[in-house]
Amino acid sequence: MAYSEKVIDHYNNPRNMGSFKKEEEGVGTGIVGAPECGDVMKLQIKVENDTIVDAKFKTFGCGSAIASSSLATEWLKGKTVEEAGNIKNTEIVQELNLPPVKIHCSVLAEDAIKSALNDYKKKAEESPKVESVATSS
Amino acid sequence: MKLPIYLDNHSTTPCDPRVVEAMLPYFTEKFGNSASRNHSFGWASEEGVDTARKQIAKLIHADPKEIVFTSGATESDNLAIKGVLEMYREKGDHIITSSTEHRAVIDTTKALEKKGVKVTYLDVGKDGMVNPEDVRNAITEKTILISIMLANNEIGTINPIKEIGKIAKEKGILFHCDATQGVGKIPVDVQELGVDLMAFTSHKIYGPKGIGALYVRRKGPRVRLEPMIHGGGHERGMRSGTIPVPLVVGFGKACELCEQEMDAEAERLIKLRDRLEEGITKELEEVYLNGHRTERLPGNLNLSFAYVEGEALLMGVKEIALSSGSACTSATLEPSYVLRALGVGSDLAHSSIRFGLGRFNTAEEVEYTIDRMVKAVNHLRAMSPLYEMAKDGVDLSTVQWAAH
Repeated sequence: MAYSEKVIDHYNNPRNMGSFKKEEEGVGTGIVGAPECGDVMKLQIKVENDTIVDAKFKTFGCGSAIASSSLATEWLKGKTVEEAGNIKNTEIVQELNLPPVKIHCSVLAEDAIKSALNDYKKKAEESPKVESVATSS
Repeated sequence: MKLPIYLDNHSTTPCDPRVVEAMLPYFTEKFGNSASRNHSFGWASEEGVDTARKQIAKLIHADPKEIVFTSGATESDNLAIKGVLEMYREKGDHIITSSTEHRAVIDTTKALEKKGVKVTYLDVGKDGMVNPEDVRNAITEKTILISIMLANNEIGTINPIKEIGKIAKEKGILFHCDATQGVGKIPVDVQELGVDLMAFTSHKIYGPKGIGALYVRRKGPRVRLEPMIHGGGHERGMRSGTIPVPLVVGFGKACELCEQEMDAEAERLIKLRDRLEEGITKELEEVYLNGHRTERLPGNLNLSFAYVEGEALLMGVKEIALSSGSACTSATLEPSYVLRALGVGSDLAHSSIRFGLGRFNTAEEVEYTIDRMVKAVNHLRAMSPLYEMAKDGVDLSTVQWAAH
């Protein structure tokens, strides 16, 4: 199968690849997929004043899965939490020219975004307005 | 060194230039129908076919009359299995085969199951080998055919065909062997192996595509087959249709070359393959060999690279032609059924790469491949959440994954 140039570019030069400490304040983590299925995505957002100031990913999966998550981190940055929830997998499919057999990669990326947002919201509710970083280890 | 590099010789091989040279006259000057008995054009073609049949028979220690030409190994497997079943159905309706057979066998037996035939799919060991005693234990009064492959197309494991052949003979059951990956690479003697039918093909041994053969035993026992293709009674009535003379001539030449060069070539390929494995495993941790360590085809190396996905890995080494057991490379989105049958976990099956070395690969290509594989795996592991978790001491088997 031939990959689109955009997929190849994300594969060769992944954007925002890496990790935040999960415990860090304002960080939401989403891990979706399973090794048995051939893809696992970890997507993290860092939120300040309701705006995503940074995002990171790590992905085990095919080139399209890597590209989908790499692209997602680019799109997340600068968005508010609410805006981020509106990112649709179809937009990823369009941007990366994913063939039908790879649509599940974009679905997984959307799931990862939602999962990271939920994690962030849950943490924010549990420890509202913690000002210090004393809770992080 | 030229790029891209071809390391997918289990899939197909390039024609040896000597094979092409032998074929050429049969496209233009010697174009006759080998079945035309009454003019010199026919005789010239018939002579080419006769020579090829002898070359092919010699490679497997058969009589030339026992070679039936087909379009390839898939047709040969179909003809052997369906042909025996239709011919001997009144004797029984049970077939024994294994779970790691090529799809040409498994899809054929699955099709027969729909028609009421009973099929036993034997499990294999974790090295991919069929246990002959399992074959013996699976035999019933209704068993009329045993079909076990010589060497596996993914992991290269070579089955104990001789032992299975003895059991088949002892029980008086016909024995078919799909030898597509073995013939031309390792010594094959149909007498010694005790096979009654054997499928193989030209394009895996540096001959042209579109021509294969089925060995059909003529003595002890004389095997009869119900043909699938009727019309003219060619090939002892088992496979009608005008013989594609240039392809047959090329197939014959390819077999002759394999016979002459097999020992030296096997030795060279084993060296290259072992160097490939050593070079990769010296630089990378958690790389696992799939298949049997020693009872394996000379050019085969199947490795799983933990924490990286096979298709992504192939993408990282685009200028090297390889194959993966990853789901993403298959139409079904299921990882390799062969690796699953060995008990390889789905995660490692997704991480597998098959290297298929062949006649035209060089030491320089192997060194290049080592370097590129190491870089690609490191690139992907840096990106892999699984690698990160494993490095942090997380036991991945205890994680609750959100499977999708």
